[in-house]
Amino acid sequence: MKSIKNKVHAGEKAVKLIFTSCGFLIIGFVILITVFLLINGIPAIREIGFQDFFFNSKWASTAADPSYGILPFIMSSVYGTLGAVIVGVPIGIMCAVFIAKTAPPKVAKAVSTAVDLLAGIPSVVYGLLGMIIIVPFVRDLFHLPDGANLFSAILVLAVMILPSVISVSSTAISAVPKEYEEASLALGATKTETIFKVTVPAAKSGIVTAVVLGIGRAIGEAMAVMMVAGNVANMPGLFKSVRFLTTAVASEMSYSAGLQRQALFSIALVLFIFITAINFILNVTVKRNKE
Amino acid sequence: MKKTFIKVSAGVCLMIAAIAGCKNAADSQNNKQTVSTDGSTSIEKVIGYLSEAYTETHSDVTVTYNPTGSGAGIQAVAEKRCDIGLASRNLKDEEKSKLNETVIAIDGIAVILNNENPIEDLSIEQLAAVYKGEITNWKEIGGADAPIVLIGREAASGTRDGFESITGTKDLCKYAQELTSTGDVVQTVSSNPNAIGYASLASVGDSVKTVEIEGIEPTIETIQSGKYKLQRSFIFVTRKDEKLSDSAQDFFDFAVSSQADDLIVKAGAVPVKR
Repeated sequence: MKSIKNKVHAGEKAVKLIFTSCGFLIIGFVILITVFLLINGIPAIREIGFQDFFFNSKWASTAADPSYGILPFIMSSVYGTLGAVIVGVPIGIMCAVFIAKTAPPKVAKAVSTAVDLLAGIPSVVYGLLGMIIIVPFVRDLFHLPDGANLFSAILVLAVMILPSVISVSSTAISAVPKEYEEASLALGATKTETIFKVTVPAAKSGIVTAVVLGIGRAIGEAMAVMMVAGNVANMPGLFKSVRFLTTAVASEMSYSAGLQRQALFSIALVLFIFITAINFILNVTVKRNKE
Repeated sequence: MKKTFIKVSAGVCLMIAAIAGCKNAADSQNNKQTVSTDGSTSIEKVIGYLSEAYTETHSDVTVTYNPTGSGAGIQAVAEKRCDIGLASRNLKDEEKSKLNETVIAIDGIAVILNNENPIEDLSIEQLAAVYKGEITNWKEIGGADAPIVLIGREAASGTRDGFESITGTKDLCKYAQELTSTGDVVQTVSSNPNAIGYASLASVGDSVKTVEIEGIEPTIETIQSGKYKLQRSFIFVTRKDEKLSDSAQDFFDFAVSSQADDLIVKAGAVPVKR
């Protein structure tokens, strides 16, 4: 009797050990990446100078007299992400309202399946479609010489953030207690008024979480952006060819050497800090959400 | 508890055995002869194809390649840090006193336009002016009244380096797009009637048209004869005062033989005329 109990006990302990080590493995990865980026990213910032690295608007890494200012990349990433949020979030929220409130159950199911599929499409496919459809479309629509610009990148990113915005905010909207809406309707408000003045505000914190998730997706995207944004290190303009933080690293890493390579690691570090900050904001909002 | 311990220790033993096995494999590799090459990143693809095909038939030889740059490769071979230096430019006179150059392949760069573009011919000066942003409308060089859209490659690209050094536009190009692959350049030019781009001749298909440079159409023949201007040589640099090791000499002979021609074409370059 005792020996069986012991056996079971040993097995339990072993499994627990495996679970624990997997947990610590993940923490190990995070620490490894953070330390690696810090070690590789800081020297170039020191050598180039903080001021010159962050606030110089000229990036010419392979020129005879190289210049390593990443302000154009930071601004392009910020504008691109902001634009994607402005275009994508209203569409996403209204789609979420449709799924959670107004659609017949069967249609809602079909739409949310489509949203899940959208989330699973690889970014290179978004980039390819953007390159073949959106870029020529933007060029013809605005009579531009070239359609590969910030605006095209914003359109592609807006579509790419839709899945996370829709799925998180539709969950939040469904979770709004029915009594709220019933009370509003009983007071004589129309269904539209109820949705915009009662349901959506009640789901506010969930929607904010959705938006922050969307920002995280947009700022970290490289492949699709690289294929539609033109990749010239200009200060951003809506119809100018721009390079994001992500694409700056991706487009030069393969053959870079010396200070140029170190500067690319510094850009990666900046991007990492951005994304960490966004995750931090996300955690805070989720926490507040629970309270 | 004991059983778990036995299992774990068995696992550890297995892992140690596996690592030891790897070490043995690594040891046997040390008996291999090595041919070391160092230099231009533009030659990376050519050297990749050549070394892969060569080591298939010569399994006792390893060909290494260190992607540095033409200048660094020439310096490395002069300082005896590698067997063969790789350069995508011809040697300077002072370098020629100690080093030999052998052309192994030619890089022909085609200037490509959208099929709708009526322009057939450009001079090197016109190309330079276009890419420097001095000419910004097609009508200035005989085309339609439309802005020119300059498509180029990313800063580290070998094709960009070749194009800019031949046209004398290094660091001066006002690109509208910097793309990271030849395929992207061709796709973009084929979809924009006002675009101009450059790509290795071998990778240009029917979706875009190539321009004559100073009246010469880019073909394998005009590149081999040197008539087509937008080209540069890929050369092997060796030391004059010292013979190559047997294995390095054998690889060298393979690279300059007609056996290498197909591989060079596959790598996007033009073989030399024999």
